[in-house]
Amino acid sequence: MSYLQRSRFRFSLLFILSFAFPVQAQIDLSGEWGAVFHEDSDERRPGPEMVEYQGIPINEAARRRALSWSPSLLTLPEHQCKPHPSDYGSRGPSNMRIWKEIDSESQQLIAYHTRIRWQAPERTIWMDGRGRPPEYAAHTWQGFSTGHWEGNVLVVRTTHLKQGWARRNGIARSDLSEFTEHFIRHGNIMTQVVMVSDPVYLTEPFIRTNNWKINLAQQIPPYLCETVTEIDRPQGEVPHYLPDQNPFLREHADRYNLPLEGVLGGAETMYPSFIE
Amino acid sequence: MIINLNIIRSIISATALCFCLFNSGVTLAQQNFDDVEIKVLHVQGNIYMLVGEGGNITLQAGEQGVLIVDTMFAPLSDKIFAAIRSVSDKPITYIINTHGHGDHIGGNANLAQMGSNIAGGNTIDLFAAGAGNQAKVVAHENVMASILAQENPIPIEGWPTDTYYTSKKDLFFNGEAIMITHQPNAHTDGDSLIFFRRSDVISTGDIFRTTAYPFIDVANGGSLQGVLDGLNYILDLAVPADRQENGTMIIPGHGRLTDEADVLDYRDMLTIIRDRIAYRIDQGDSLSQVKATEPTFDYDDRFGLNSGTFTTEKFIEVIYNELSIRN
Ligand SMILES: [Zn+2]
Repeated sequence: MSYLQRSRFRFSLLFILSFAFPVQAQIDLSGEWGAVFHEDSDERRPGPEMVEYQGIPINEAARRRALSWSPSLLTLPEHQCKPHPSDYGSRGPSNMRIWKEIDSESQQLIAYHTRIRWQAPERTIWMDGRGRPPEYAAHTWQGFSTGHWEGNVLVVRTTHLKQGWARRNGIARSDLSEFTEHFIRHGNIMTQVVMVSDPVYLTEPFIRTNNWKINLAQQIPPYLCETVTEIDRPQGEVPHYLPDQNPFLREHADRYNLPLEGVLGGAETMYPSFIE
Repeated sequence: MIINLNIIRSIISATALCFCLFNSGVTLAQQNFDDVEIKVLHVQGNIYMLVGEGGNITLQAGEQGVLIVDTMFAPLSDKIFAAIRSVSDKPITYIINTHGHGDHIGGNANLAQMGSNIAGGNTIDLFAAGAGNQAKVVAHENVMASILAQENPIPIEGWPTDTYYTSKKDLFFNGEAIMITHQPNAHTDGDSLIFFRRSDVISTGDIFRTTAYPFIDVANGGSLQGVLDGLNYILDLAVPADRQENGTMIIPGHGRLTDEADVLDYRDMLTIIRDRIAYRIDQGDSLSQVKATEPTFDYDDRFGLNSGTFTTEKFIEVIYNELSIRN
């Protein structure tokens, strides 16, 4: 075979091979991603205020539960080292590493793994088509996630979540929740769309977006959490506010001159028409 | 797929139906178990969780034999035995009962007779006739008392052979310390909590379930405070691993596998509900006034029951009565 023939042969072999194996990933998401906080910055960095529930499609049960929530709950040792659940992790200090797990023989993508800075939760998004654990299996903070590609968008479905929070001011998200994510990469920018459903506390899906920018110099430091008893409480004491006794009920509404029903949340408070 | 609340409700009411059946003394022959599948989940170390109909079974397997905590309903025994055989070919040596309800001890007789004691061969004669030919059944003595008090008790072969009346009983089996502690007046008056120390797994019985509010069986000595004490004891025993997860694994009486964080949320909820009702009682409210304040409203869509013996309304009543007496 002449040189030209050989290279033609190689080319056509390559061409055939590229059809023989299904294209797994349309775009690679691996890398060190720095969190971008231009969106919802007040809620995500300093954190929400007490009784600031607007913009979340909560039902009356979620509202009442949130009104009984006291931040002192987080002084209990068992509550101190909880990481953000995977539907919330991107909201916090969310510098993130994404890396691939590849089968060394077939070079197929088995999973994406992520690690987020705050409390260092590590998460696996299975890409190998495996089934879900049974309903009697344990639920975890990160849940069980599987992903597939829709064009260049990675679509992830997560179940088996522990009870978590929709906002860091006592709005509960139940352990029956599930969520779908879309990871959309445009060059060095990545957007994540998170759509959470909760049959217990939400009246309609709660949708949020988060963004990252690639950061080649990023180093995620180790994160060790150790519980400390700072307030010695009698065994079994659980800090909370009794109904109608939340001292912060009007604080946020008064500070910003908002009507109380506006800050108490619900699907209607998500839409601009509510203001009118 | 989003979990449909109606499906969850129907699962919960199916569970409630089970309680209904043994509470009313209806014979279980009327319930059809043909479609029930016994599923096996490896928890960690020597421990497996068996899920079917009725209370979850905890299975410990090793060189010495098989130990099971609870036995579901009698008609399921063959399926349970087959499930055990998928894990171990050793004899069932111990059955521990977490309490005396029919959905936890129903298969005692069958499964005890499918097993054998540690004694065998020549040594069998050293025991009372036949006692070596079946598994030992360990329970708090109040379980024995409740069996004796039943109109249609389980067959005598399933009665506890090994009761304890103190606060605890220890076993060492399959290379593992097994600590059985009595949880006084909790779900019933005969609750045992079983801690497998090496495998780091707790089997809670019905002090804890992920499917509904706790069933406080007042007629059999149960109380909310006992349940709370039991849950607080679980929190004391359990040590989570990194990121407040896993570490000590906890098998509930009904529902899915859990760890400390799940028990914590449940304990918090029950404490909050107790405090709300106690506050209303302090304000002089009657039961109907307390009910009108909907003290469980924010948890009902997850844990409330509208049918069966132990509805949410009954749950509130039981707590009201208990706290009123204490005042
Ligand atoms: Zn029970």
